[in-house]
Amino acid sequence: MAHFEKANSIGEWLDQRLAVNTLKRVMQTEYWIPKDINFLWAMGMVLAATFGILLVSGIFLLMYYQPNIDTAFDSVNYTIMSEVGYGWLWRHIHGVGASIVFLIIYIHMFTGIYYGSYKKGRELIWLSGMGLFVAFSAEAFSGYMLPWGQMSYWAGMVITNLFSGGSLHADGLVEWIRGDYVPGQAFLSRFFMLHVLLIPLAIIGLIVLHFGTLRIPHVNNQEGEEFDYKEAAELYKAGKVKESKVIPFSPVFLSKDIFVMGVYFILFFYLVFYHFGFAMDPVNFDPADGLKTPAHIYPEWYFLWSYEILRPFPTDPGLIAFAFAQVIFFMLPFLDRSPNVAPASRRGAFKFWFWAMLIDMIVLTFMGKLPPEGIWSTIGLVAALAFFVLWIALPIITKTEKKL
Amino acid sequence: MANNTKGRRDFMGMALGGFTALGGIGALYAMKRSWDPLPSVKAAGFTTIDLAPAQDNVLITEKWRGKPIFILKQSKKMMSKVSDETKKRLIEINGAHYMVAVGLCTHLGCIPGYDPTDESFLCACHGGMYDATAEVTKAPPPRGLDIPPFKIEGTKLVLGETGPEYEQMLADGTTMPV
Ligand code: HEM
Ligand code: FES
Repeated sequence: MAHFEKANSIGEWLDQRLAVNTLKRVMQTEYWIPKDINFLWAMGMVLAATFGILLVSGIFLLMYYQPNIDTAFDSVNYTIMSEVGYGWLWRHIHGVGASIVFLIIYIHMFTGIYYGSYKKGRELIWLSGMGLFVAFSAEAFSGYMLPWGQMSYWAGMVITNLFSGGSLHADGLVEWIRGDYVPGQAFLSRFFMLHVLLIPLAIIGLIVLHFGTLRIPHVNNQEGEEFDYKEAAELYKAGKVKESKVIPFSPVFLSKDIFVMGVYFILFFYLVFYHFGFAMDPVNFDPADGLKTPAHIYPEWYFLWSYEILRPFPTDPGLIAFAFAQVIFFMLPFLDRSPNVAPASRRGAFKFWFWAMLIDMIVLTFMGKLPPEGIWSTIGLVAALAFFVLWIALPIITKTEKKL
Repeated sequence: MANNTKGRRDFMGMALGGFTALGGIGALYAMKRSWDPLPSVKAAGFTTIDLAPAQDNVLITEKWRGKPIFILKQSKKMMSKVSDETKKRLIEINGAHYMVAVGLCTHLGCIPGYDPTDESFLCACHGGMYDATAEVTKAPPPRGLDIPPFKIEGTKLVLGETGPEYEQMLADGTTMPV
């Protein structure tokens, strides 16, 4: 066995056995964060904290929820909401959290796009981030099935039908996914398993990977400036805190993150206590009925933009368009041909691309909620086409971008 | 490390890798099978429906394999508008014509609603439309409502079983297997 000295403190005892001091140095006190960043860089930790809250509230919901098509609806809407002490609190936290997490994800993504934080050296941060986006989408969808209301059932029906691939007519695959001809007990049990175990495990793994991919390239900064981290760190350690371009992640930078989180959580709990309604679809307060479709089936707000890309086209082109929209953001680091890492405002045509894309996705989101009639259909169609035009234009306009 | 054991270590690695790959393939197959619909689910797939009480232009909704089944007896007036091609979609029993179809939109599976005055179905989800024989009249649905496998027994239909009339519909492409 290796030789151990007598330890004089608990810290030293742990350090001998686990090298906690090295760990602390690498991940906290000497993990350098650039000074020139703003509150948008706190969104990552806000996301991590929101995931934590979803996990805790979910654990309490799990104690009374019953994954059975006959009892699921009442176990949520009656038992948890009116019998379990503070059950309503966990449910409202979980619902609001699931909705707000997507708002923060979108802000986080568009921050990355604006500052070019997905370019050379940072591709894996972007790719693991997109992995998280997909995993969160699957988590939100599977969770939406659990109360077994009308929207659960019909969203489950429509979304699993997408896997028939239109004219490919792969009904076998759809029935395989459901474990039945229509969503039923087998469907509810397996989506329950996905929601409470498999997908959360994947999310935790992806978060670890996402953090790991950040460690070597470091986070970007407001000017996209590339500088010598060693030199900046030496300055900081030598006491020249003012002159140095960096600060340590913990405790210095983390305290700023915590400030932003504080503001965020005030807003979050305001929504939980006074405005939770937006996260609860009224149609889902009717129990699932396989013989009655709700008048309008629409997904939660965060899926509306991609739903609107599916909707205006006939089945096959619609499915292709939808599949394209689901994966195209993965390709961003490779479709942006410009080496410039800089805020969009300084990148010529890309500046317009950025704002056009953001506005287009907001328009798509609104149109996805409106019934597909008259002028709304037309606007939706134009916005869907604009989405494709923008992605086709991206390599061209970035190729011709002037080097900064 | 001693070189003379390298060959043996490599062999152990390859043997383990090979068996792991085999076991992995086996495990994937087991996982796929575990997700399959259960035999009891498959076996519960038969329903008998009596068409005798059906009335002209009044939509009846039954349930088969958890899916809604539309039954619409066509009136004389409705039949006069039906072409020979769409007539193939209808089931004829004792001279009367019935539309029998799975009541799930062939686009993404919502239930279309029937309007007896217009004699047409409208799907509220994405605006698809069908006529009284359940043939599609407005996209996005790619085709008319699917016809479930059926067998005629007197004035009754057994859904889930395949009779000669249904096989004929499959053969001439009037419907697709569901
Ligand atoms: C949902 C769970 C997610 C968590 C917990 C998370 C967490 C974080 C954290 C803590 C940071 C460092 C601080 C910051 O810059 O905000 C970060 C950075 C980053 N994340 Fe995420 N993230 C998530 C999702 C995503 C998604 C969906 C994307 C986009 C595809 C993404 C792309 C990025 C990028 C590009 C950076 C680097 C920012 C820079 O260098 O300035 N992340 N993430
Ligand atoms: S599901 Fe009927 S039109 Fe889309």
